[in-house]
Amino acid sequence: MAFYQAASWQKPALITFGIALLAMPAVLTSFDQAFYIGFATRVLIFALAASSLNLVLGFGGMVSLGHAAFLGAGAYAAAICQQAGINEALIAFPAAMAAAGLLALLVGAISLRTRGVYFIMITLAFAQMAYYLFVSARAWGGDDGLPLNGRMQFAGIPMSDDQTLYFVAFSAFTAAMLLFGRLADARFGRTLQAIRENETRMAALGYPVFRYRLLAFVLGGAFAGLAGALLANLTGLASPNLLQWTQSGTLLVMVIIGGVGYLYGGVVGAVVLLLLEESLVGVTEHWHIILGLLLLAIVLFAPKGVAALFRKRHG
Amino acid sequence: MADPLLDVRQLSRRFAAVDALKAVNFSVNAGEVHALIGPNGAGKTTFIHHVSGALQPDSGSVHLAGRDVTRLPMHARVRAGMARSYQITNVFPGLSALDNVALAVQGRADAGSSFRFWRPVRTETALFDEAAGHLEQVGLSTQKASLAGNLSHGEQRALELAMALATKPQLLLLDEPMAGTGPEESARMVELIEHLARHITILLVEHDMAAVFRLADRISVLVNGELVCTGTPEEVKSDAGVRRAYLGDHL
Repeated sequence: MAFYQAASWQKPALITFGIALLAMPAVLTSFDQAFYIGFATRVLIFALAASSLNLVLGFGGMVSLGHAAFLGAGAYAAAICQQAGINEALIAFPAAMAAAGLLALLVGAISLRTRGVYFIMITLAFAQMAYYLFVSARAWGGDDGLPLNGRMQFAGIPMSDDQTLYFVAFSAFTAAMLLFGRLADARFGRTLQAIRENETRMAALGYPVFRYRLLAFVLGGAFAGLAGALLANLTGLASPNLLQWTQSGTLLVMVIIGGVGYLYGGVVGAVVLLLLEESLVGVTEHWHIILGLLLLAIVLFAPKGVAALFRKRHG
Repeated sequence: MADPLLDVRQLSRRFAAVDALKAVNFSVNAGEVHALIGPNGAGKTTFIHHVSGALQPDSGSVHLAGRDVTRLPMHARVRAGMARSYQITNVFPGLSALDNVALAVQGRADAGSSFRFWRPVRTETALFDEAAGHLEQVGLSTQKASLAGNLSHGEQRALELAMALATKPQLLLLDEPMAGTGPEESARMVELIEHLARHITILLVEHDMAAVFRLADRISVLVNGELVCTGTPEEVKSDAGVRRAYLGDHL
């Protein structure tokens, strides 16, 4: 392994994509396809969620099968905020991140004492516990979930308009990716990646490895919580299904097909998976089969993920 | 006499039915090179694991500069001034030699916190300047940019040493630094350790007897988990029990 490093073409490419994403709602509206703004928002939200998992899985080497718990916790936190009369996203979203981060701290503090398959199983177990907790919480709608009473507002501007929510999601996504990119290259990211490669060696160099892993786990959880809060606003519902293990699996698949440990792996994966799903649903109701075959092809022919195809090989 | 830098008291460890270490008393005085020798399977690496904190003893204690570190995890012992090299080369093969050592510098308490999230490491020139100094010290200054995985075995051993040095230890635990190196590389390593020994206290585990007798101020012999003898090289050479147990084949 080498440390993650941005390719030289990455910056101009990102600026181009950024401008395209900013112009997208206007373009879609002018072509009378405003319906797709909601879909684009969903892609951005899942790109954020998958990237938060990629921080944990790709950079931290922690195969968590319970990441959806943090997504769901964020969604519920937003809905509960609204229920309590807080309708301002600038308060509710940080609260959702704090709630999901706190849950991640709890789960991580225990799970990170295990390794390998035990870690996978214990994160899954915690996520399922969280799932059943919300299913049985009658005050929060039980298995129907907790509906939002209309979308929240962001700095006083209502997000009921699809474009506004899109731009909020875009800002959250951009800020998160900027942070992930910087920290991957900073001391913390290097430490985390080196721990992923050889944890004993890092301990023998004086690094308290547990703390670094735990912090990465908490950061990943908090940003999944932000994605959850956005998702609740998009769909108008904090559903226990968001915490299901299948949702964790979907996030994992996104990261794996996108490229584990590539900064934009989660983004590429979310785009590929959601586009496939969206286009295949129209073709046949058995679209899962086609999706499965395509995933198989990606794993066979691009085992390091789609993002890796854009990179020259190193090492 | 001053307290020893490393003081191991009554250290015992049992693995299933095997007594790997039996009430070992062992000390390293500040400034000396103390070699630990013994036949294969005597428990030397197990002993190093207990000193460095990779393993916990059943009973007994480990003291570093008068401080009881028995319950400290490995990373805390490193910060307390104890560094180790590994018997099997343990570097980051995908990173350059310089990045390997820079990681070791970065891990030191006086190099500042590694909970930094914004500034790219490659702009932190102080880390790399210092790392380059350590590489020069072990004779790798021309290989800074080479991937550690592409270095020769002897160079990797030297890199490993540079990483240990970068933690600025008071005590250096060297677990078979000559393992697997050719005669020429071996000779270079002996010279290097001799040079380091002027500034750093060293606990040396090694099979190469010529190297041990050249480097060590004191030698201890471990046989079947028991310390059978400690003394100057001359004393150890002439100890009848040691000759019988171990040295007979070599001298």
